[in-house]
Amino acid sequence: MTDAIVVEGVRKRYGDTHALDGLDLRVGRGTVHALLGPNGAGKTTLVRILSTLLRPDGGLVEVAGHDAVTRAREVRRRIGLLGQHAALDEELGGRQNLEMFGRLYHLGARHARVRAGELLERFGLADTGRKAVKRYSGGMRRRLDLAASLLTDPEVLFLDEPTTGLDPRGRAEVWAAVRSLVGGGTTVLLTTQYLEEADQLADRIAVLDRGRLVADGTADELKALAGGDRIDVVLRDGGQLGAAVALLPLAPAEVSVDVDRRLLSAPAAGRMKVLTGVLRALEDAGVEAEDVALRRPTLDEVFLHLTDDPAATPAKETV
Amino acid sequence: MTSYALNDSWTMTRRELAHWARQPAQVLVALVFPVMLLLMFGYLIGGGRGVDGEYLDFLVPGMFALTMVFGLEGTMLAVTQDLDKGVIDRFRSMPMADGAVLVGRSAADMLQSALGLAVLTAVAYVLGWRAHGTFGAFLGALGLLLLLRFAMLWIGILLALVAGKPEMVQAVQILVWPVGFLSNALAAPQSMPDWLGTVVEWNPLSQTATAVRDLFGAPGAETGHVWAAVAWPLALLAVFFPLAVRKFGALDE
Repeated sequence: MTDAIVVEGVRKRYGDTHALDGLDLRVGRGTVHALLGPNGAGKTTLVRILSTLLRPDGGLVEVAGHDAVTRAREVRRRIGLLGQHAALDEELGGRQNLEMFGRLYHLGARHARVRAGELLERFGLADTGRKAVKRYSGGMRRRLDLAASLLTDPEVLFLDEPTTGLDPRGRAEVWAAVRSLVGGGTTVLLTTQYLEEADQLADRIAVLDRGRLVADGTADELKALAGGDRIDVVLRDGGQLGAAVALLPLAPAEVSVDVDRRLLSAPAAGRMKVLTGVLRALEDAGVEAEDVALRRPTLDEVFLHLTDDPAATPAKETV
Repeated sequence: MTSYALNDSWTMTRRELAHWARQPAQVLVALVFPVMLLLMFGYLIGGGRGVDGEYLDFLVPGMFALTMVFGLEGTMLAVTQDLDKGVIDRFRSMPMADGAVLVGRSAADMLQSALGLAVLTAVAYVLGWRAHGTFGAFLGALGLLLLLRFAMLWIGILLALVAGKPEMVQAVQILVWPVGFLSNALAAPQSMPDWLGTVVEWNPLSQTATAVRDLFGAPGAETGHVWAAVAWPLALLAVFFPLAVRKFGALDE
């Protein structure tokens, strides 16, 4: 069985900027794949190319078995797109929007009406009546947008930063909706700036930096790349930072020190063992800690690790 | 997939009609504005420089043509507003017929302009204006006006696609007004300095206004301009229609 998305050597430049610089990516059918990266990494450019909105300068792009450049219409019949900005007619109501899009997907007037009703029900929008979308909350708008993307039960669904700008409740709503799709056989490609979001939703995570793929693997594999869990220790007295580095049961070379925040941070692969060791050593030496915490690596840390030397060409790390 | 072209264009036209139903006030303002202009120029400013005979016979066809040209702004505003919203991305990522978005836009705008002409005609009638020609000539005049509007529509679409943002419409408005008034819509070119009169006579708006006066049988109207009033809009369409369609297809590339 072929992959749902095949990207080979795709390039796209805007003026002097290489938005995508020879990108390769494969997404298996029925999986959720996250594209993680900072602003300007090329995530949105890739989604726009995959959803036939943008033509690549070069390379191969296949979506649901069809070439996205030469057979755009075949691709369009098989995809759903949730862009960064709500792709809805703001003047019209939710039902009006869904019925219009349904007719444009050529479902036929009756089927479009039935499908609109089903989706409004499913996304908790059945009681919105004729209210114009511009009066919806951010979360409602996102759910309607998602409903519009699902009108035809697409084979491949693109979600471009689906929760950016939403409050925690709106984010939870969108996450729940995406989870409910998984298992239905839909392939999902999701872009995000949040490691947590990728972690929560995706089977695999691809990390993008300056238009190239710098890593591709499961969340655990990526975190392992960044050194796994970390321990943070905030001292009461910043003057004791140097002494603390020496006496704690940590490899001094791996400890990073932030003087302003009176913070020590180090890898803590052993988790509880490291935590108890650190607490005991602090107490024995009489060094007062304000806060001690175990945490997962942040996106920044994964990212800094993966793009360690900005001067060098980022090598692709396949894990 | 061309079998869907009509279907999709109709869906997009219905979308525009649904907008009207949502905002009747906006439609009303668009219909009332030319009426206000007619009343203003007919009575308040009391122009008619260089015009022989009844000023209404001269002014009403001019106002009709001017209204068609000003329609460009409405088209441009609507298209830029659509582009500014994400909804265009959804349309473009769907398997709908190419051009259905633009066809829907033009159908709705032409309908609005036809309605505008009907209202303006009714008001002019109340004011005492009469078409003196045959009914066939009357319909021909309306056809010429709508043809001019159709040409303006595609210029508006292209300008909107080039400008991209609703804020840019203001810049175009500044350009549309002189084009609208540098015509024989309100005053006869004979009353103007020679160079200006020449510019004014070449203005496509003037050609349509003159032809429409002729078809309405306005006393003292110049004859023989009907072909120019057909040729000018067709020439504009031949240039701007393909440019607009191409620009729309190439959005974002």
